[in-house]
Amino acid sequence: MAKTVLHKADSRSIADHGWLKSFQTFSFGGNYNPERIQFGALRVLNDDYIDGGTGFGEHPHDNMEIISIVLEGGLKHEDSMHNVAVIEPGEVQVMSAGTGIYHQEYNNDEQVPAKFLQIWLFPNQRNVTPRYQQERYDKNLLPNQFTQILSPNPDDAGVWIYQDAWFHLGKFEAGLKINHPLKHKKNGIYVFVIKGTIQVNGQDLADRDGFGLWEIDALEINTLTEAEVLLIEVPMN
Amino acid sequence: MKKKEILVMCCHPGILETLIRLIEKSGEFKATPAATAEEVLNRFSTGAFDLVLMGAGLAPEAEKELERDLHKINPETPVIYHFGGGSGLLFAEIKQGLDQT
Repeated sequence: MAKTVLHKADSRSIADHGWLKSFQTFSFGGNYNPERIQFGALRVLNDDYIDGGTGFGEHPHDNMEIISIVLEGGLKHEDSMHNVAVIEPGEVQVMSAGTGIYHQEYNNDEQVPAKFLQIWLFPNQRNVTPRYQQERYDKNLLPNQFTQILSPNPDDAGVWIYQDAWFHLGKFEAGLKINHPLKHKKNGIYVFVIKGTIQVNGQDLADRDGFGLWEIDALEINTLTEAEVLLIEVPMN
Repeated sequence: MKKKEILVMCCHPGILETLIRLIEKSGEFKATPAATAEEVLNRFSTGAFDLVLMGAGLAPEAEKELERDLHKINPETPVIYHFGGGSGLLFAEIKQGLDQT
């Protein structure tokens, strides 16, 4: 019997720091809700809006797989491993924080706001050597199909992380039916609607809604409008 | 009201300093730093802590061994593993840990 959890967009916590507006699906920073801690290994799903010319100053991380997907604008990243890069729409970035790193992230434009998804997954091992990876996925994105942008395997498509997780992203026309099998039956899958209206295993979802499912074999998605959808498959324990 | 006492272990000096600063800044908790397993055991043996927060740096076996040693001294004090290294998850972890007491 499938199990599900629904996180409507307007049920997310909002952290408004002026320069940063962060819509947080799970407990983060000062927002603590014991009912919203995690979905399996998925611990953070922040939908962040950063004003032009602003950003996150240098700060540390450890023991976390941190994935950034820029939706609009650009994000300039610098870290203590001497990586300097701008992440743009169509790219995915991962940092395995492991034993500890420092980094900073700034909007790469003085005027135009940047929008990005900040996603944290618990690692499957603590205290790994920190690593950084950034890759374009949009060149592989085929219309009306999910494309893998992250996996646990260095030789597989997309970036890789220290967790048995897979991310898929797709852009779809209205009126399609898509079946998406899970990599592992014991995993759960979290559907995040970047934009559009869809139905997932009978559940209606709209912009920025999240829907977690586990104890299932596959997803059945119907697109009610044009839609952009992120799938996050993670271990549930 | 007495502040809850948290013993924070982290081998990374910068992250340990950050965690202590964030916890103290909250006003709700008092944080004591420890940079090694030996230091954790020494402080835990002589202090009264409500929670031990296990940060980065020890090998997995060493973390488990330290947790076992702490529980031998006081099995009532929760030992929780910190993830993230900054403010993001810190207070949720502390509140979840204190809920166990």
